[in-house]
Amino acid sequence: MMNKCMSGNEAVAYALMQINPDVMGAFPITPSTEIPEYFANYVANGQVNTEYVTVESEHSSMSVCIAAQAAGARSVCATSSCGLALMYELLYVAASCRLPITLACVNRALSGPININHDYSDSMGARDAGWIQIYAENNQEAYDNFIMAMPIGESPSIRLPVMTCMDGFITSHAVENIELLDTDVVRNFVGEYKPENYLLKKENPLAVGPYDISAYYMEHKVQEAESMKAAKARIKEVAARFAKISGRSYSLFEEYRMEDAQYAIVLMGSTAGTAKAAVDKLRQEGVKAGLIKIRVFRPFPGEELAQALANTRAVAVMDKSEGFSGNGGPLFTETRSALYDLKDRPYLIDIVFGLGGRDIKIEDIEKVFLRLANIAASGELGPVYTHLGQRSKEDVK
Amino acid sequence: MLNRDMVEFRWHGRGGQGAKMACMLLADVAGLEGKFVQGFPEYGPERMGAPITAYNRISEKRSTVHSNIYYPDYVVVVDESLLDSVDVTGGLKEDGAIIINTPVSPLVMRERLPGWAGTVCTIDARRISEELLGRNFPNTPMLAAAVKVSGVLQAERFIAHIEESFKHKFADKPQVIAGNIATLKRSMEEVQIG
Repeated sequence: MMNKCMSGNEAVAYALMQINPDVMGAFPITPSTEIPEYFANYVANGQVNTEYVTVESEHSSMSVCIAAQAAGARSVCATSSCGLALMYELLYVAASCRLPITLACVNRALSGPININHDYSDSMGARDAGWIQIYAENNQEAYDNFIMAMPIGESPSIRLPVMTCMDGFITSHAVENIELLDTDVVRNFVGEYKPENYLLKKENPLAVGPYDISAYYMEHKVQEAESMKAAKARIKEVAARFAKISGRSYSLFEEYRMEDAQYAIVLMGSTAGTAKAAVDKLRQEGVKAGLIKIRVFRPFPGEELAQALANTRAVAVMDKSEGFSGNGGPLFTETRSALYDLKDRPYLIDIVFGLGGRDIKIEDIEKVFLRLANIAASGELGPVYTHLGQRSKEDVK
Repeated sequence: MLNRDMVEFRWHGRGGQGAKMACMLLADVAGLEGKFVQGFPEYGPERMGAPITAYNRISEKRSTVHSNIYYPDYVVVVDESLLDSVDVTGGLKEDGAIIINTPVSPLVMRERLPGWAGTVCTIDARRISEELLGRNFPNTPMLAAAVKVSGVLQAERFIAHIEESFKHKFADKPQVIAGNIATLKRSMEEVQIG
């Protein structure tokens, strides 16, 4: 183990070096550019023997990963925002061909208007593509999640691609303390990629990605859906194994001071750290506040989340992407659906915040808790779906 | 040095001047001293010369907060021309200090900071850099001044750690290390605290 200070991008590139994947499809886009950049140094220095394929677009970087993974090679790439959008078609191809590619997604607002800062509009747009999605609060989690990704996705019972997500700039470009594992420990943990069948296996040559007629298509999709459901258990197994080598425990989500919480916020990513500070402050003032940080968004831990929120009085989901459903952001609609099966449901509101990098402060989160306390006390829910942090027309004037 | 569990810095510079680099270096070095650190930039438009802000949190306990810093203990202004367009003392704590890259004295500079009654520090980062590095790299002098004024790190240990860090960073051009170290030392001597 080694204590260092590094950014989230550097941490993921370091994990990549430790894993030494077979193939990287490399194309730069802010704020993920540093990942292939740092990794190119490891390649040039001979610290890895990865085939580093520079391409002309993200459509091609994902195509490289698909082709290589289908041929039996462990493949990786990194992207953000419009880059992920350009991969859109290929994301579905990777998942439906059951190719456990690992993608480091450094979240950034999706155009337009063009913006380089953080929100989840990129990976939320890909939430139905059949990829496992794991989100990090900080550089440590970005590193840890990336190391856990392959043992999850490559498991024969799962065989799904994994997207590990971190907040653009806030995590990707922030230098913070981090504990790195030894490289031999990481390699041993991740292991060799040994698919049962692959394109170039001479005993059993395989076609990958042919036309799927209606007589089979649905069976394949059901299998894919079953694997996604099964991934929850696999994610927990891998986390338990990871705890043994790192001392750090992970689950589908993190519960922070939830034991006796009356008011809870559900959110994801780096905002969780800021929200923890708000919870601590309110707890000192006697307010029973708690936080749930969603780590795994796909598969969505609906039943577990409902249990964790069952004894709260009021809950705010905080969505860092809009979604334009007209009915609340993507994290909210998942959470509300999950709570439907509870006998006594808490009050539930959605707050969309932080779009395009709009900063959120401890005081903002305290105000959300205050609103929850007022809802619980008055029994008046008020507007269910609102936005936080934007200026009003009067302010702009 | 302020007796606080956490010291927060806000850097104001222009794209290309290395404010972000200095901020990252401060985080690195404080990390080597066993502190918990954060160093992060806030970008506006991606172009040379555009105003950028960068932030440091240096603390004895890990801070999980990931918002920008609104009430810094210290503000470092790498480019004097920003005083005309950016509210550089906004939120600066009364017992904190502002450190500005300028050839003039703190007394003269204070006139340009209406509403700020706290400590004003100045350093002619451009001249020091041009004399010792041959070019205008204002970030190295400003980093040294920030460390000196804040006392967040002990001076000799700070220099030693930077030297170590530069040996890695400039492994392919070791000739720049001596000039940078001389720049740091000179800047710590020259910064005026008013």
